[in-house]
Formats: sequence, C-alpha cells, structure tokens
Amino acid sequence: MSQVESNKLSGAAAPDSNSVGPVLSVSGVTIAVRTEDGVREVVSDLSFELGRGETLCIAGESGSGKSMTSLAIMGLLPEPAAFIKSGSIRLGDQDLASLSESRMRRIRGNRVAMIFQEPMTSLNPVLSIGRQLIEAIETHTSLSRSAARAKAIEALKAVRIPDAEGRLKQYPHELSGGMRQRVMIAMALALKPDVLIADEPTTALDVTVQGEVLELLRDLQRENGTSVILITHDMGVVAEMADRVIIMRHGRMVEEGRAADIFARPQADYTRELLAAVPRIGGGREAVSAPPLTPPDKGEGDSSRDANAPVASVRDLHVRFDLHGGFFGRVDRRVHAVEGVNFAIASNETLSLVGESGCGKSTTAKAIAGLVPYTGNISIGGRDLVGLGRDDRKAVRRDVQMIFQDPFASLDPRMRVGDLVAEPLVIHGIGNRQERQDRVAALFERVGLSADQMERYPHEFSGGQRQRICIARALALRPKLIIADESVSALDVSVQARVLGLLKDLQREFGVAYLFISHDMAVVENISDRVAVMYLGQIVEMGTRDQIFSNPRHPYTRRLIEAVPIPDPARRRERFARLEAEIPSPVRRLGDEPTKLRLQDMGGGHLVAA
Amino acid sequence: MIAYLGRRLIQSALILLGISLITFALLYLLPADPVRQIAGRSATPATVESIRRQLGLDQPFLVQYGRYLWNLLQGDLGRSYIQRSEVAQLITARLPATLLLMVGAIVCELLIGLTMGVIAAVRRGTATDQSLMVASFIGVSAPQFVVGLLLLYVFAVKLSWFPIGGYGTFSHLVLPSLTVAVMSAGWYARMMRSSMIDVLRQDYIRTARAKGLARITVLVRHALPNAILPIIAMIGIDIGILMGGIVVVESVFGWPGIGQLVWQAIQRVDIPIIMGVTLVSAFAIVLGNFLADIIAPFIDPRIKLR
Repeated sequence: MSQVESNKLSGAAAPDSNSVGPVLSVSGVTIAVRTEDGVREVVSDLSFELGRGETLCIAGESGSGKSMTSLAIMGLLPEPAAFIKSGSIRLGDQDLASLSESRMRRIRGNRVAMIFQEPMTSLNPVLSIGRQLIEAIETHTSLSRSAARAKAIEALKAVRIPDAEGRLKQYPHELSGGMRQRVMIAMALALKPDVLIADEPTTALDVTVQGEVLELLRDLQRENGTSVILITHDMGVVAEMADRVIIMRHGRMVEEGRAADIFARPQADYTRELLAAVPRIGGGREAVSAPPLTPPDKGEGDSSRDANAPVASVRDLHVRFDLHGGFFGRVDRRVHAVEGVNFAIASNETLSLVGESGCGKSTTAKAIAGLVPYTGNISIGGRDLVGLGRDDRKAVRRDVQMIFQDPFASLDPRMRVGDLVAEPLVIHGIGNRQERQDRVAALFERVGLSADQMERYPHEFSGGQRQRICIARALALRPKLIIADESVSALDVSVQARVLGLLKDLQREFGVAYLFISHDMAVVENISDRVAVMYLGQIVEMGTRDQIFSNPRHPYTRRLIEAVPIPDPARRRERFARLEAEIPSPVRRLGDEPTKLRLQDMGGGHLVAA
Repeated sequence: MIAYLGRRLIQSALILLGISLITFALLYLLPADPVRQIAGRSATPATVESIRRQLGLDQPFLVQYGRYLWNLLQGDLGRSYIQRSEVAQLITARLPATLLLMVGAIVCELLIGLTMGVIAAVRRGTATDQSLMVASFIGVSAPQFVVGLLLLYVFAVKLSWFPIGGYGTFSHLVLPSLTVAVMSAGWYARMMRSSMIDVLRQDYIRTARAKGLARITVLVRHALPNAILPIIAMIGIDIGILMGGIVVVESVFGWPGIGQLVWQAIQRVDIPIIMGVTLVSAFAIVLGNFLADIIAPFIDPRIKLR
C-alpha cells in the first residue's frame, strides 16, 4: 500500500481528478521479458491514473512498451516469457497485477475490455458473429440464451451496424474491416466495462472508416461514461481523442499532460521531435526539412535527358482478374481492379496515387513493374512495352524498380544485405565482382548506412534501416522510375520523416521519378509534385499537389482529406466526414462493365471526373 | 454446389480410369507369367498355350485392356485365375472386415494423434511436449509388422487382454486397429501440434481470452475447429496409406479382409484379383478425399464449393 501512495503522481501533469478518484491506477509497474541474454525490462517504473469517463492516450513509437502495458492490465502478457516484475495495477480495491488467473478471468471482458489493431484477424473465422458476441455476454452474466441474444443485438445497434439481427448469422469474412472493428467494439462494450483499452484500433483501417470508428468510440464513451485507454502511434488520433496524453519511449514515460498542453507546449525533447516529425496536411512539400525546389530547376545535372519527355506513361490501362464459377469452371465474374487509367510521370517528378484499400493503386503499380498482366499501353522511357521481345522488355524493366511496404518481408532473411543490393546487378549482368562490390558500397553510403554493414543479415537491422537497404537495392540499376508502394507506411513517424527526406535527396541527385503509392494523405502532400486520386479502379481527380489539397473538386477527394485527423487538439472536430455507404465491390458479372468516368480539365491541368 | 458435385464426379471417374490403365499396364509388363502359375510346373507347352488363349492373354495389350474395361463398366471384375470364382464375390465377402478395420484404425489414429498433438502444443517446450514428440517419431518410424508383433506379444500373449488373432468380436478389433493406427497417429500428432501452435498465436485467440473465457473453452471452441481444418484434408489422403498398412496387418493378425486376399493373389500372380482390389482401394481413396472436401465447408464457413 505504501508503495502505491509514494508513487502517486505529482507536479504539473496532475490528472484532472474527478471527485470519485481514479478508476484504474497503475503504479511503479515494471514489465520484463526473458530473452536468451537474460531478463530485459520492456516497461520500467510506469505510473499513471485513469479517471472515470476520461480518455487517456498512450502514444509512442514501436518498442516503446505501450502495447505491453495494455496487455499487462488485461493480464494477457505472453507468459511465461513476459511478466510483471514489480508494481501494482489497481482497479477498485483489486490489484490486477497479483490476481490469480481464475479471478482475473472474471474481470477480463467484464470490467476491463480490449479491442485490438487487426479487425481482419481478431475475430474467429469459423464462428458466427452472433456466437462470438453472445459467448462474451454469457461468460459474465447468468442471462438466458434469448436474453443474451437480445443484448447482443442491442450492442450491435449501439455501434450503428445496420440490420443488427441479420448480422448475428454472418461470419467475419462476410464483413468489411470497418464493420468487423465495430463488432469488436460491440463485443467489448456489451457488458459496459469500467475501462476500455483500445490498442491501435484504427491503424489498419482506411481513413474515412477510421473517422467513423473514432467518432463511434467517442459517442459510446460519452453515453456510458467508460474510461478509455487509447494506444496509438498516430498523433492525429491523439489530438482528436485524448483528454490526457502519456508519451512513452523505450519503456519509460517521457511526458504526461493534458492533450492541449502536450501539443502546444511540449516539455520533453523527445515529444518535440515526435511532434515535429508528424506529417501534416496543409504543410506542403517543404514541411519536413529539404530546401525549396522549384519545377524549372528540375532536370539539372543530366543535360542529355529531355526534362519534358515522360519517363513513364500509362494509357488506357486495364487490369481485370477472372473469377471462375459454374459447372465447367468458366469465367463468370471479373474483378475490375484498374479501369482505364491514364497518366504520365516526368523525370525528377513525384506522382502520388492515393485512395483507399481496393481502389487499384497497387495493381496499377504492379502492372507498370510488369508483375500482373494488363491491357492498354505502358511505355517506359519512350518505349512501348507492347511488341517488345523478352530481352528488350528485360532491358526496359531495368528502368523501373520497386520499394515495397513491409521492410521485414521484402528482404530474404538468408542473404547478406550486400548480396541483396547487388542482386539486381547480377541479374542484369552488370560489372564484375569488384565493380559490383564498389557500387554496392557506394549505395550503402548514399542511403545512410556504412559499407561495412554489407556483410550482415537483414534481421540485424531496424525497420527504417531495412527500408534504406530496399531503397539501395532499387537504386542499384540507376532506374528512371522508382515505384514506392506504401514504402513508409510501416515505419514510425520519426523514421518515416527521415526516409522521406532521403527519397527527396536521391531524387534531386539522380533525377529519378517516383510513383508514390500511399493511403496517407499527409505523407502524400509532403512528397508529391502531382497527385492522382483513385476510386474503384479509376482516377477521379488528378492535378498538382496544390490543386488537389487547396482546391479539391471531387467529393471523394474532399472526403479523403477531411477524414484525416489533424495533430492539433485545438482543431478537433465534433463530427467526422461520414461515408454514405460502403465502397461498392469491384467484382462484377461478365458483361456488366463499369461506366468510365470522363475527366474534365478545370484549368492548369487539374483533371476532375465529371 | 450441384455443379461442384458434378465436376468432382467426372474428375473421380477419370482418376479411376487412369489408375486402372496404369495398374493393368504394370501387371502386363510383369516378368512373372500367370499362365505358368495356373498350369503348374509339369504342364506341357501346348497346355500352357491353350490356357493362355483361353484367358485371352495372347492378345495385344490394348485388346486385353479394352476387354477388361468393357467388362468393368458392366460391373464385372472378372474371374480369379486360381480360385475359380468371381472376383466381385471374393471382394464383397471380405470387404466388410477390411472396412471395419479401417474405421477402427481411423478412430484410433485420430483419438491418439489429435490428443497427443493438442497436449504437446499447449505444453509446448516442456518435457511433456518433448516426450510426446519422441513417441510420435517412434510411431512414424516403426515398421508395422514389428508394432503388430510387439502388441501381440505384450497384450495378447503376456497379459491375455486381447485375443491373438481372428475376427468376430470387438476385442478382436482392438490390436489390429491400433497397429494400423500407430504410424498415422504419429503423423497426426506432429501435424496437429504445429497446426495448433499456429492457431494459438492468432489474434482471435487473444480476443477470446480478452473476453474472459476459460482456457479450456478457448482451446475447444476457438482453437480446435481452426486447427483441425488442415487435418481433415489429410484424412482423405490417409486412406491410401492405411490400405498399405492393412495388407501387412491383416496377415499378421489373420484378419479375413481384402488385404489377405490380395497378398495371396500377388504371390500367385492372380491378375484379376490384384486389379479388383486395387480398383476398390482406389475407389475408397477417391471417396475419402471427396468426403473430406464435402465436410470442410461445414467447419470453415469461408470455404465455398464451386
């Protein structure tokens, strides 16, 4: 007890204490993990209190211990590897840190509930929604099956799921990501818990869906007076939701305070760095470092290249995937992934493709890189790929390289990173062993790694370093176009900012063009010269960065921009942009072709779908 | 669903046709001469030739195969060279015994294998896990006649819990089923273990625990149906492996099934019986796979039969 008293929070960052006192108080909690090199602390001496009806955001980058903290409160640490070494977690008069599994079970899902990051995998695929919901209710109450069912329907209605009763019979795979996350929220809130822990609840969702889910959480919290611990890496979400904020780094609390204070007057250096690194909409391209760069200057350094000739141009690109059905397995439906896309990229230019999941942006990229069959015309460096022989095609492909989203999955774990970067050179038979070695060493230096790291293996590098290796690999062939498919999405904001800076520097140096694919509007605004917005396989709006962000004309573009949470609590919105309906499916019956959108020039090359 | 069934039926027929052709060709190419076996050592070349003509074995391969296939389509598996009776009758008389043994073996291997696998997965990394995996390894690698003789020696000869051999009651069934099951049980234990470990790592298991469900509920209701999915497809394939074991085990235990029938037929190059038993087993395997595919959507709603 005395330890609890002595660890009471003190000083400037005192919580806005409700008269009833905190619902949950964490004091002096240290969480340790047993590794091969002995016991390592992942959370050290963490203390905080959570008031009734309060939203506390725990923010930090990967490895900061924020998820471990939430699992510790739930008693769900991956035992026996991870354990609470010291400290207490008090909920009312019980210490959750020392509760037996059977007593903890009665608290879990009942008084403390949790929702997770991945709605796609957090529901059991073989059990119906109804069964999973009712089960949660029956575990903690003595309600009859029909009463539990009625309560489940009520819970689904509360999260604004249309046709709640019919949904009970459905299985998770029949629902979209946003719908699944609502089911998760319904499940967590069905029993009106005192504390709800939401671990990155919207990270895996599209921005427009993210807005809805955040708004839903806020409304439900207001109605039920639930206290919420929201764990996130996204400072926009923090600004939108938090009453109080805890910033964590390397398992320690760096700063704690009211949301408005943290954003307006950050005290710790790390908080300031974190906030500075957050890409903001409205900041423009120069928001993150980098000297100004005006279009007329472009093309310097390489006089032989005509700056106006497009590096890549795409005309009337279609990608459709056949689905088989019927007695003889004939094609009866098609996925219309890309439907008549046109654009061109000049050297030294960055064109961004934005849109939500399933809009065809990645498929477009894959078609250009030659990874999926397509119809239409793609020309690289003025040479049309159609009609080229295998060898010519391979030569042209040298000019197009890709950087993927997941730096962990896109490097072969059994190859040395130096060999990984040299591999494109080997494939295209460039240079001898020594020349390749030198070239790779130079590339390593150029992307901010050192040449003596070439002998190491991918697992010895952090996420950001791996993405640098991927960039080096893409640069090895001196391509004219680099396709970056969500290449910074998996990175922490501070790392993200540095990688974006590197990409810009490399563009200035080599004059390479980027096709930048992202769902993150703030990042897109930061890096792009021009932006194309895709919806259901077609471009609905295309123009310069300023045209798109300062003067969005198409309603879908506006909704995308409005849905992004702004990292400033002073500009918190009461209501988010709502989607009228879920985005329709790109799967269509044979012969049922989608209507082609006509793009109109609104002046200055600003194309908008009529 | 109807379209799926129709397509699968056609596929199955084609598979069986292919198997009949390959088996027939292999038996045709066999250096052993069935006619010599029938005629006996002392027969004159003239007698041998006349028997050969009588059986139609002097005809070219395609004619022989065509004739066999034509009869087969009419439900005629031919006559045994040695036993002087219809192959269909010989097989039907012995099939129930083999089917019984097969069902017994499948029940045993699933019971033993899946239980071992689940326990090993839950107790992963402990001494229990390691000893179960060693046991499963021994099960996989031990030859079946050795397992059979060992079980006979311990449980029939020494302990007298079960009869030494024969057919008729439930207690006759236990040792042969166990013997056939041991090898596959070892495989199932290993597969179930890795499948279960995989499932226990999934996010939805964490969700189930976060609801406050008891460990056993999480295991049985949430983990098991997911972990068993890849195993179901295996059971269909496994019937083929079982058939191989049954041939051996039936002769160790004197079990009057088609395994013994074919064993004797192979020794005497009785081609119609070998063909008949092969086709019946192939049919059983095709049927087993078919059933496994039909069952899968009932456990996993994501699987749609198209």
